[in-house]
Amino acid sequence: MKLLFRIFIALTVVALAFAAYEGLVVAPTEQTMGNVQRIFYYHVPSAWTAFLLFFANFIASIAYLIWRKPAADAVAAATAEVGVVFCTVVLVTGPIWARPVWGIWWTWDARLTSTLVLWLIYVSYLLLRKYSIGGPNPVLAASLAIFGCIDAVFVFMAIRWFRTQHPQPVFGGGANSGIDPRMLHAFLVNMAAFTALGILLIWVRFVLERVRQRVEEAHAMKALAGTGVRAR
Amino acid sequence: MKFLYAAYLITWAVIIVYILTMMRGFQKVSQEMKDLER
Repeated sequence: MKLLFRIFIALTVVALAFAAYEGLVVAPTEQTMGNVQRIFYYHVPSAWTAFLLFFANFIASIAYLIWRKPAADAVAAATAEVGVVFCTVVLVTGPIWARPVWGIWWTWDARLTSTLVLWLIYVSYLLLRKYSIGGPNPVLAASLAIFGCIDAVFVFMAIRWFRTQHPQPVFGGGANSGIDPRMLHAFLVNMAAFTALGILLIWVRFVLERVRQRVEEAHAMKALAGTGVRAR
Repeated sequence: MKFLYAAYLITWAVIIVYILTMMRGFQKVSQEMKDLER
């Protein structure tokens, strides 16, 4: 398992380096926006990874509510935390791209606002897990995750349902959508690299959560032994 | 170009800070595990 993990780290690092090269050097410069458009190669793959992780969080939360398995809760904790990291990248790179292109850092349109709400929901989720009275409360957190996933669907559909400052879908958005094939290549390489990074981070975070669960369990057993409570 | 570099740098800063936080979490949990085993 350790060998597999090391191989995966190496592959991810190589993929990320190649993806950065593709995005910064190989992909052609966009005619209207110029070089700043290259933020696209980090902004959209980060959003994709965040969506993927929030969806995995939703599945893990439902699984936990049904079967109450600690492993499902560990997956939920890992996916939510790593998802927030990628969502943070989206919320930071978006305004940096918007400023030179739109002339403003931020606007309260449906896509941007719902993304901010999504980030706030999952930050609340993490705070709820960390600071609940009486220790972590996976049931309450799993219930909140369901609302988070509903908002994720809204974020995805916002540019289809409303007229927004944020651009309309680049892929599958109608007759004028789509990008140059060389841009598409760089984009797909970045998508793969960011997905691999997301999987790697979840892997590590999942292991950490499982160890943490075992430590908490050991603390609880020790406390029970200390108070003299014994099972029949 | 400064906006492009800022976006790339901040992206990596966010990810690296998170990885470092996770490493600290591992250290903390390993220490707790050792304390429990004593």
